[in-house]
Amino acid sequence: MSDRLWVATRKGVFDLRLRNGKWDVERVSFLAAPTSMVLPQPAQNRVYAALNHGHFGVKLHRSDDDGATWTEVAVPAYPKAEDGTGDSLMQIWALEVADPNRPETLWTGTIPGGLFYSPDAGATWTLNTTLWNREERKGWFGGGADKPGIHSICVDPRNHQHVLMAVSCGGVWRTEDAGQTWALAAKGIFAEYMPPEKQFDENIQDPHRMVRCPSNPDVLWVQHHNGVFRTTDNARSWSHVTGLKPSSFGFGVVVHPTKSDTAWFVPAVKDETRVPVDGKLSVTRTRDGGQSCEVLTNGLPQKYCYDLVFRHALDIDETGDNLAFGSTTGNLWTTSNGGDEWTALPYHLPPIYAVRFG
Amino acid sequence: MATIDWTPHLRQHLFDTSRRSYSGTTLAAVLAAAFTDEPRLRGYVLDDQDRLRQHVTIFINGSAIHDRLRLTDVVADNDEIYVFQALSGG
Repeated sequence: MSDRLWVATRKGVFDLRLRNGKWDVERVSFLAAPTSMVLPQPAQNRVYAALNHGHFGVKLHRSDDDGATWTEVAVPAYPKAEDGTGDSLMQIWALEVADPNRPETLWTGTIPGGLFYSPDAGATWTLNTTLWNREERKGWFGGGADKPGIHSICVDPRNHQHVLMAVSCGGVWRTEDAGQTWALAAKGIFAEYMPPEKQFDENIQDPHRMVRCPSNPDVLWVQHHNGVFRTTDNARSWSHVTGLKPSSFGFGVVVHPTKSDTAWFVPAVKDETRVPVDGKLSVTRTRDGGQSCEVLTNGLPQKYCYDLVFRHALDIDETGDNLAFGSTTGNLWTTSNGGDEWTALPYHLPPIYAVRFG
Repeated sequence: MATIDWTPHLRQHLFDTSRRSYSGTTLAAVLAAAFTDEPRLRGYVLDDQDRLRQHVTIFINGSAIHDRLRLTDVVADNDEIYVFQALSGG
């Protein structure tokens, strides 16, 4: 099991360790810098932190000594436009290893709507122009941000050239040749809040988060703006998961690493409200592929609670027993038994954007 | 030669912010000379399109610049250029 948890917040990176059964803060890095994403690579003693300085733009830092010291590396850059109206990097929203056999290879998803590849641990980045030049990309629009963004990148562990990625708002996309060609892969996902003729348009969907089961990679789960969707055929088709309690709206989702029918969500009141249902914080768990669910509340506040959990702020470790989630209010909860009991970290952290074991 | 006075905020990002003088007849040219000294600084002051970052501002001799997109403001010898972050955010 993982005894390390990285927490990306509005005011820096918090490095947590599990000792004697309790999580505690070991180190704070980049205090005051908004941090949108972290990517730990414990086998390499390496970790990345994507910062978003309010004044000076997006920066990426890499540590090769387990977070003790950091070096600024390159960030992705958008193509220059002759008239100066081109795009500029607003946020690094997804950061994943591109080829597990070459841990220095990275994919990053960005706002606005870019997918970039690095072959050298962030020293250089190349825009995936085949996706960028797709006509459909011009139809993407912002969801959760002013501009569209790529927030989920799921590399197939059987073949790293097969990648699924999700866009808010731009649906789910597939490549089977490491990004040389792309096709939409959101068939069956729908948005009932859109005009009737657009509800099943794959290119306008707002998947808030997409995750793939490592041991059964044909199964993926999506927490969508409209509810939860699941595929068992590697995104050839998606099914709507109904009946989730206390709501089906939320941002984060995780799937058990060896039991693809087991997944967790953190529900909220949808759209303009975005707080826990009835002020009671809960985690929804299904263990049968979404046919039924349990509402887990043991250890979570059940009165006047307004913590919202962002899409990258829920994570699960490789055992499937340990989960963690952090909130916009700066609270962080962990469990060591799949969510049956939750324990709050006894500190008030800055608003939490992402948590990752490793 | 014009002199650039950098915001001390840049020190926390490991830049040497001491005042230095650079040649150039436009703001773009003077900044380009400064970025030759310190290439990493470009991305802190300018965005991907070489525009002045939204929350950075520049004054020349006490007057805010006019052209944030192409930085064509004229610079003369002995001018003082001040690079600030905007006072926003929390």
